[in-house]
Amino acid sequence: MDNLTWTGALGTILDPILFAVAGFFIVLVAAQVVLSFFATPVTLQSNPDGTLQRQGGVLGTVSTLNKWLLLALICIAVTYIVAGMVMPYGSAGIVGAMAKQFTPVWIALVATYVLSITFKRKLGLYGKLFDSTIGMIGFGLVMFWVYTAIFGAALEWIPTHEPLSQVSGLKNKVPGTAVPGAEVWGPGAHYLLGGDNLARDVFSRMIYGSGIVVLIAPMATLFAFMVGITLGLPAAYFGGRLDAVLSFIANLVLAFPVILLFYLLVTPEITETGLPQYMATVLFFFPLVFFGVLIHSRYKTQPQQNYIRLAVVLIPLFLIYASAINANASKIDFWPLDFFDIAPGILVVFVSVVFVNSPTVFRIVRGLALDIKTRDYVAAAQTRGETPWYIMLWEILPNARGPLIVDFCLRIGYTTILLGTLGFFGLGLPPDSPDWGSTINEGRKLMIAYIHPALPPAFALLTLVLGLNLLADGLREESLKD
Amino acid sequence: MGAFILRRVGLMVLTALCLTFVVFFLTNLYPNLEKLAKTQGNQRMTDEQVESWLANRGYNQPVFLKYGQWLGVLPTPVIEGPDGEMRSRCRDADMSIEETPRFCGILQGDWGFSTVFKDDVSTIISTRLGLTGWLMFLVMLVMVPAALIIGVAAGMREGSKLDRSLSTVAITTTATPEYVSGVVFIAIFTSSAVGLKWFNGSATSAMDDITFANFTLPVLTIALYGTGYIARMTRASMAEVMTAQYIRTARLKGVSFGNIVMKHALRNALIAPFTVIMLQFPWLLNGVVIVETLFNYKGFGWTLVQAAGNNDIELLLGLSVVSVFVVLITQLISDIGYVFLNPRIRIS
Repeated sequence: MDNLTWTGALGTILDPILFAVAGFFIVLVAAQVVLSFFATPVTLQSNPDGTLQRQGGVLGTVSTLNKWLLLALICIAVTYIVAGMVMPYGSAGIVGAMAKQFTPVWIALVATYVLSITFKRKLGLYGKLFDSTIGMIGFGLVMFWVYTAIFGAALEWIPTHEPLSQVSGLKNKVPGTAVPGAEVWGPGAHYLLGGDNLARDVFSRMIYGSGIVVLIAPMATLFAFMVGITLGLPAAYFGGRLDAVLSFIANLVLAFPVILLFYLLVTPEITETGLPQYMATVLFFFPLVFFGVLIHSRYKTQPQQNYIRLAVVLIPLFLIYASAINANASKIDFWPLDFFDIAPGILVVFVSVVFVNSPTVFRIVRGLALDIKTRDYVAAAQTRGETPWYIMLWEILPNARGPLIVDFCLRIGYTTILLGTLGFFGLGLPPDSPDWGSTINEGRKLMIAYIHPALPPAFALLTLVLGLNLLADGLREESLKD
Repeated sequence: MGAFILRRVGLMVLTALCLTFVVFFLTNLYPNLEKLAKTQGNQRMTDEQVESWLANRGYNQPVFLKYGQWLGVLPTPVIEGPDGEMRSRCRDADMSIEETPRFCGILQGDWGFSTVFKDDVSTIISTRLGLTGWLMFLVMLVMVPAALIIGVAAGMREGSKLDRSLSTVAITTTATPEYVSGVVFIAIFTSSAVGLKWFNGSATSAMDDITFANFTLPVLTIALYGTGYIARMTRASMAEVMTAQYIRTARLKGVSFGNIVMKHALRNALIAPFTVIMLQFPWLLNGVVIVETLFNYKGFGWTLVQAAGNNDIELLLGLSVVSVFVVLITQLISDIGYVFLNPRIRIS
């Protein structure tokens, strides 16, 4: 069977156009940046007769031209994807075959955008995101990986091979190499992005890796926020000794070099002592406290309502909590209703990432709450005789949500980087795990000779974090407009 | 000011004590000690042998006692093993048992002995720190001017094309962790697959002789991540200053744009980035560990990885003392510097 080239038959027409347009675009962007130092800025001038005149000169022409070139570039990129989806397997090369594999993701993305833009005025802050170009690009990148995780890692529609299956003869082979013995000319007949050092498919491993990252990073960030909020609000509101002690502990954790902490915590020996489980027992308890206090402070005056709501929320949460910390044949093994066991490697990674992130969230929440505490509506609530916890959770917290949402996005990106760091040092997750950090680490060892195994996970991680940063930027911009 | 510094130093010492105790506690957990015994003795030791190996060397004392001994506030006992040999943590190879001092801890200037490198911890740390010092120095030399220029250029005309292009670059670099940019750099500049081969993929030779070829990539890799962050902070600070009243006054007086930026805005805009640059040091430490591992440059970060991987207790403690002090001192400098740079605080 033939190997695939990068763009196949489609490339003979489209590739030269792409290179030409891209080249022009880069040259013109550089020219534009240089010109903006010297040329007069593009402004609108209102003439005495009531007309508007656009002043631009060379710079104006260049920037108009640039806009069209960018549009052309986007059109070409879309053509590659659409042609890859429509044309038969292989005739659009590796790019086309990958675009075809990603079909469910493209459909989901288009559906998301069409629905969101149609109803954007009814969707609050989420809808406003679609007013900012940067926010839209960021959201697109993030959702691409979220959908890839759902359709690829969970439903297994996208990968062409199993993450651990080795095909002999494909060790370190370049992208597009045909799988020996494959009969059907279709998905699975080639290693689209080549084979790694153990002859596994780089493309499929990257897709499976997205599942691990997209599951753990937001969850860990969420837990860190629960811890940070539950401790940060009282620290700011009550102040005094409580604040001093909590701030000291937070600074203590922050002064610890992250990597040293990881190297000390995320080892098989520490897992053996049960320390991660004890830490999980404490850290995972915070969501229960948070939701319990949240409901109780609001409905305290209506006991009937209060108990129903508390029961509905806390009982399932407690069952999940107990199952999460309880594991068979470990230090904590008492709970009879154990629905699931978290692999010890994953648990220790999760716990240490939450542990590292919480103090920063604590500091942010504390800072915001210190500021909001002085507002009039807090004083009004105090005069009404509301309890401190009601004021913290129902007056201060909702008003701090803007910066917190922005920071949440940024922090998911940071957590992704931390997870990658752990994988890069081979800590926690099993060595054959397809997560991006571990695959980068494995690929880098042969970097001088073969570059293809390390680059796809590296770009995947880069685009996800970039997407989250852009999303946070867009959200910040839009929330500032209020 | 004096009381402020004194209080901060006190807090610093307390923090350092707490953190080293945490490191001490974690490295002295039983499974870790067992691993140490097996790597130092032999892999096939029975449980009783491990037990006696640890007892002979005083590892089975309560953790607070051991911590006190390591600090040098409690006397280190001389232990007579069942084999009749007298052992003490304080005893050097050429020392008779009578000469062995009673106290040997950080306070006496004795940092202990590394079980991995078979050398004194203080010598290892000073040489490795020297190597990393060069790396850090060059990173700062590249990162700070680049970040400030990008930030000021982007922030002086907020919303312009230049601002948008530079901001995009800055966001992209903050989204690129060191292990991604390092791998991409190695792929482009050193691999035979691309074929440029401008630089070396390993910086091991830079330990003796720093050259352009062997040190560019490590420095660039660390600098890249920090540059974007500092540049964004500088941009925000610059953009804020440019909307201030006194800038408007200067403009209305007819001062040229270049003069406004250089003479009126720049000084005030650089206060915030100073704090950020100082607080970047802990992050640089992270970057240093990744980059030294990636490029095989045997400095502080590489030693940390080796020490942690082999549970070399005294070396790890020494390394954490140094890194914790680096973090805390930079925090102190950034606080003091902020007070000095900001006239509003300084005068009041």
